[in-house]
Amino acid sequence: MTVRPDPTFHASPKLAMEAPAESLAYTLMLSPDGSKPDGLAIVNVDPSSKDFGKVVHQVIMPNKGDEFHHFGWNACSSSLSPLTGHAFLERRYLIIPGIRSSRIYVVDVKEPLKAKIHKIIEPEEVFAKTGYSRPHTIHCGPEGIYVSTLGGGGEDGTDGPPGIFIMDCETFEVIGRYEMDRGPQDKHYDFWWNLPRDYMVSSEWGLPPQFENGIVPGDLLSNQYGHRIHFWDLRGRRNVQTIDLGENHQMPLEIRPAHDPVKEYGFCGVVVDTTNLEGSIWTWWRDDKGKFHAEKTATIPPEPAKAKDLPELLKGFEAVPPLVTDIDLSLDDRFLYVSCWGTGEMRQYDVSDPMKPKLAGSVRIGGITGKAGHPSGKAYAGGPQMVEISRDGKRVYWTNSLYSTWDDQFYPEGVPAAMVKADVGPDGGLTLDKKFWVEFPEGYRSHQIRLEGGDCSTDSFCYPSV
Amino acid sequence: MTATAGLWLAVIASGLYHGVNPGMGWPLAVSAALMEGGRGALWRALAALAVGHFAAMLAILLPFAAMNLLVEWQREIRIGAGGVVIALGLWLLVNRRHPRFLARIPPARLALWSFLVATAHGAGLMLVPIYLGLCGPAETDTGHMAAAELMARNAGVSLGVALVHTVAMIGAGGAVALAVHHWLGLKFLSRSWFNLDILWALSLIAVGGIALATAI
Repeated sequence: MTVRPDPTFHASPKLAMEAPAESLAYTLMLSPDGSKPDGLAIVNVDPSSKDFGKVVHQVIMPNKGDEFHHFGWNACSSSLSPLTGHAFLERRYLIIPGIRSSRIYVVDVKEPLKAKIHKIIEPEEVFAKTGYSRPHTIHCGPEGIYVSTLGGGGEDGTDGPPGIFIMDCETFEVIGRYEMDRGPQDKHYDFWWNLPRDYMVSSEWGLPPQFENGIVPGDLLSNQYGHRIHFWDLRGRRNVQTIDLGENHQMPLEIRPAHDPVKEYGFCGVVVDTTNLEGSIWTWWRDDKGKFHAEKTATIPPEPAKAKDLPELLKGFEAVPPLVTDIDLSLDDRFLYVSCWGTGEMRQYDVSDPMKPKLAGSVRIGGITGKAGHPSGKAYAGGPQMVEISRDGKRVYWTNSLYSTWDDQFYPEGVPAAMVKADVGPDGGLTLDKKFWVEFPEGYRSHQIRLEGGDCSTDSFCYPSV
Repeated sequence: MTATAGLWLAVIASGLYHGVNPGMGWPLAVSAALMEGGRGALWRALAALAVGHFAAMLAILLPFAAMNLLVEWQREIRIGAGGVVIALGLWLLVNRRHPRFLARIPPARLALWSFLVATAHGAGLMLVPIYLGLCGPAETDTGHMAAAELMARNAGVSLGVALVHTVAMIGAGGAVALAVHHWLGLKFLSRSWFNLDILWALSLIAVGGIALATAI
């Protein structure tokens, strides 16, 4: 508890954009074969520092096989609403779940260069208190810390549906399940919300047997992965509407609502359309009557390729699907960044008109057949994947790994950890920074990035930008 | 008479104190005005906050108004009330956690939220010793008053206390909300927000202590 609100809490997205730029990034490192413990890398991103682009500290976990994926803060700008009642929390702890082990680490980064483990929540506690497994997305909100999970109970996580559970934002005790009425929701992935409007949106990936040992081609071709998004009465904890995007739209993953809470729309990326291998961006919105809608507003075509250049999984298609695996929206709600992990392209869309995204910039790096290198001359394996945008919208960072077993199927030659940065032009456009290339310790892959003081996929704002 | 004036001043001062505390809700009026894009929403939000706060005061004061009918027990009631207020202050000093159920109230139900947040933090209880003090000056002639008359007087005083307190509270909170909305901007919100938890708990203990001291 502090006497004044944490200086990194901002009432509106606009105020967050005006705050000082980040000087550190936190990047998750995972050992793809579980031979080493996973870790958190603290990367210097201050261009004026001699350590620019270097890993300046690491927190290596005491267990193996956790498989780090997504993570988040214990507190964010949402604390500035009196409705939450915790205005004096510090943005101090990173909540890092192991998506494979269901273990959760709480890492204290008050002194970033001495970051250390504060608490470990063992998988048994998560199972016993929630009946869920495989924790994933973290958001801090009205009732504390919300954690989405990908699995239900039982050994393979299929005993009951996955869902969201709540953790205390001060003691990090697991409190219990979020849902009071989940409606038809039976799969889970990402979620986010509009706090003053009191709704939440969630998405679907697949159940643990559909991803843990790799993508199951039969399931994908028979449209067995998730293809719906769910809308919730946030504080009522009820599913109020489910929209089916159509079963061919497999795997709607990241949910990115407009940051300005006065806007009642957002985006969702769909990995692949099984009828034509396209990736797509969907815009969802709430109308005056409170009903939700969703429409496909951008598509990204597959690129033809020779069977001999393709991994086993794709040989029969003679094409590379773009595979939209992550999207992220700048704090001014203007640019939507879309990772095309298959074709190796980072796309930047101008979404000033959310119903008509316009391609504003693009960078090619990696890719299944493209294999574009980094301007520094370093080889970049995999494709652009987890993407994070600086608060001021001028810098975009991304890594290259998707998920251990899926990496191996799409990029059989391996996906050594990479983290790159691109600079954004004043009216859009992306340029890779050739001076920024992070050398990670040998044997690791890199996943989600968080920025010091908050970024574009963590903070929820309770006041409009005006 | 000066004692009475002092007590009424305390009613107003506590109202101002509750009002400027962001935890009692004025930022929600700013948020409403910005979300709806007009000052009308700001007034509506302030009205809802005022109704909730007023109800929270009455909900605590009216039972004491009824209890105060037991004229022979007045001293004990005052000591009891002082004790309860001190106990709440001590509890809030030790347990500085915001009740989680409050976070489940939908943002649209501002009056309910205002009622519950004031009750949970003992905003009403803080007024009880002051209120009992205000009922006090007439003590000498209470013996001559009929129960109904006494009841009406006590209820009248409690209504007056709740009303004056709430007007002061919403006047102060509303003034800050208006200033932030019109001139100061949202940056003022995080700049001006101080953690009053300890001060709040100490205020309860102080008010309770004064009540005890005057009753014994």
